[in-house]
Amino acid sequence: MTAATATYREAVRSGIRRAIQQDTRVFLMGEDVGRYGGAFAVSAGLLEELGPERIRDTPLSESAFVGAGVGAALGGMRPIVEVMTVNFSLLAIDQLVNSAAALRHMSGGQLSVPLVVRMATGAGRQLAAQHSHSFENWYAHVPGLKVLAPGTVQDARDCVLAAVDDPDPVIVFEHQLLYNVQGTLDDDAPVADVWHAAVLETGTDLTLVTYGGSVPKALAAAAALRSEGINPEVVDLRCLRPLDWQTIIASVTRTHRMVVVDEGWKTGSLAGEIVAGVVDRGFYELDAAPERVCSVEVAVPYAKHLEDAVLPSVSRIVEAARKVMPRHG
Amino acid sequence: MTYLDMSREHATELLERMVLIRRFEEKCAEQYSAGKIRGFLHLYVGEEAVAVGALASLRPDDNVVATYREHGHALIRGISPSAVMAEMYGKATGCARGRGGSMHLFSDAGRLFGGNAIVAGGLPIACGLALADLMSKREAVTACFFGDGATDEGAYHEALNLASLWKLPVLFLCENNLYAMGTALERHAAETDLTRIPAAHRIPSEAVDGMDVAAIERTVRYAADLVRDGAGPRFLELRTYRFRAHSMYDAERYRSKDEVAKWMERDPITMFERRLRQQGLIDDTLISQIEERVANVVAAAVDAAEEAPLEPVSNLCRDLYARAPT
Repeated sequence: MTAATATYREAVRSGIRRAIQQDTRVFLMGEDVGRYGGAFAVSAGLLEELGPERIRDTPLSESAFVGAGVGAALGGMRPIVEVMTVNFSLLAIDQLVNSAAALRHMSGGQLSVPLVVRMATGAGRQLAAQHSHSFENWYAHVPGLKVLAPGTVQDARDCVLAAVDDPDPVIVFEHQLLYNVQGTLDDDAPVADVWHAAVLETGTDLTLVTYGGSVPKALAAAAALRSEGINPEVVDLRCLRPLDWQTIIASVTRTHRMVVVDEGWKTGSLAGEIVAGVVDRGFYELDAAPERVCSVEVAVPYAKHLEDAVLPSVSRIVEAARKVMPRHG
Repeated sequence: MTYLDMSREHATELLERMVLIRRFEEKCAEQYSAGKIRGFLHLYVGEEAVAVGALASLRPDDNVVATYREHGHALIRGISPSAVMAEMYGKATGCARGRGGSMHLFSDAGRLFGGNAIVAGGLPIACGLALADLMSKREAVTACFFGDGATDEGAYHEALNLASLWKLPVLFLCENNLYAMGTALERHAAETDLTRIPAAHRIPSEAVDGMDVAAIERTVRYAADLVRDGAGPRFLELRTYRFRAHSMYDAERYRSKDEVAKWMERDPITMFERRLRQQGLIDDTLISQIEERVANVVAAAVDAAEEAPLEPVSNLCRDLYARAPT
């Protein structure tokens, strides 16, 4: 057995290292990924280990270096581009949406863009609005992109490796609160099928559907609910585009009730899409209207008590779960 | 006029390519008016010397990134006139199977990476193509075409800096036709000498007469050779002029008829023809042979586009992913 305890950060790093060692076309570029070791220390040590050709510090030019990732992918490389956070990816969203996502279809199938773009997402560190957004749904909206959001340590490694192996542009969202989370990492295990959802805990009474940074919260809520005699199933989406309807519907068919936990704002959210999809595909399986636990629709504030009030919390998930359960007399 | 040191064969080839683009574009305008081509249609009439001169200096394994005014670049980089015309007809035989239209012509074989309709959007991509060549130790040049309007965009400045910092083999080719759509250079740029900003990024830059195909070919060849040899990026401003509207129709309130007429006196095709005649490299017979060949090619492209089948709607979602999600 090679399974050991590791942090989510170490797992991402392990995936990047392995991807670069396995394939001479793979390299990492982004702001401060080299000498600084990565804004979240994900790539710490990799410059020394793999050299400046493969671990490339870029200027603070999101449009240029994400676009250069698109171009390098067109030119036969397999770039991994790190954009510090999803907030800054808005400076490069043109390259991701108008080029990376569109080029294959728009060229009648002539061009391929095997690009991986990794970025931190989410709130919870009192960094205020411009460092706390959750825009996974913006990218999951776009045909031509694939979107992964690992919520566990093993998936953090596997999402990098699966994304690099994929011939299409893949965005990988790493929630910034997960980097220090510890879990089991089996570095010799084959890469899991992260393109499909994982049922993290089986249950019979309701389905908690979630992804990324909300996974630990959903698991904590499930534990709390179990102590109340409610037995939830926890579905970790892992892949946000395309969504794994089969796993979601199979779970709802078992439990007939659903709560979706999504750190994005509710309006136009992935949570809304999941509810709509379940209504489309499994309306008669539902015994109660699904609930959505999302962020309050304000710019994420700095002050701790205000930020806490914005974000999905274990208590809000528990409350939502109680709401979808049948009322006992 | 300086003596042109060029073989008859090569001179005829350059002339014929410019005439092909001119007649092709005129036919596009006609087909647009007839309702056969829709969407936006940006014609290259007046600017032919730029694509013809510049691309004559490149090799097949060099990369080309162009703008939405790229019919000429596409024809020269080997997309057949029939495939370009069919694309604008929205037919299945179009080079992008009707997905791209006039603004999005691509050729994997010709290493033409668009056809970009986001102004300056191609510059970062050009940097990446050049990075791939550099990292793979291929001696290729990435020629990146863009207009004067692109120099206002943030991506332009970011890309120049990155290319210079990393010594990327990019040849930046600014097709300065003096207008960002309808806004004149002096009304959209604080610095109207477009060679100065690249110079500030330590990219050697120079301006060229964009109506002189021979000068363009010579200058681009010189610059491309240096870029190929690892000297880092270079920048050329090609001073040209678009004779027709920005897209198919505009009221042209932003420029005077006199100005247009004055530039038309410097028509790149007429000027080159005149020069070749003076040196005895061509005569009326040769010119009419060129016109006849080109007319046949353009007519055949239209016929082929007319007859081509539409892309079946059942194919609508193909080519979205290389590995379709299951």
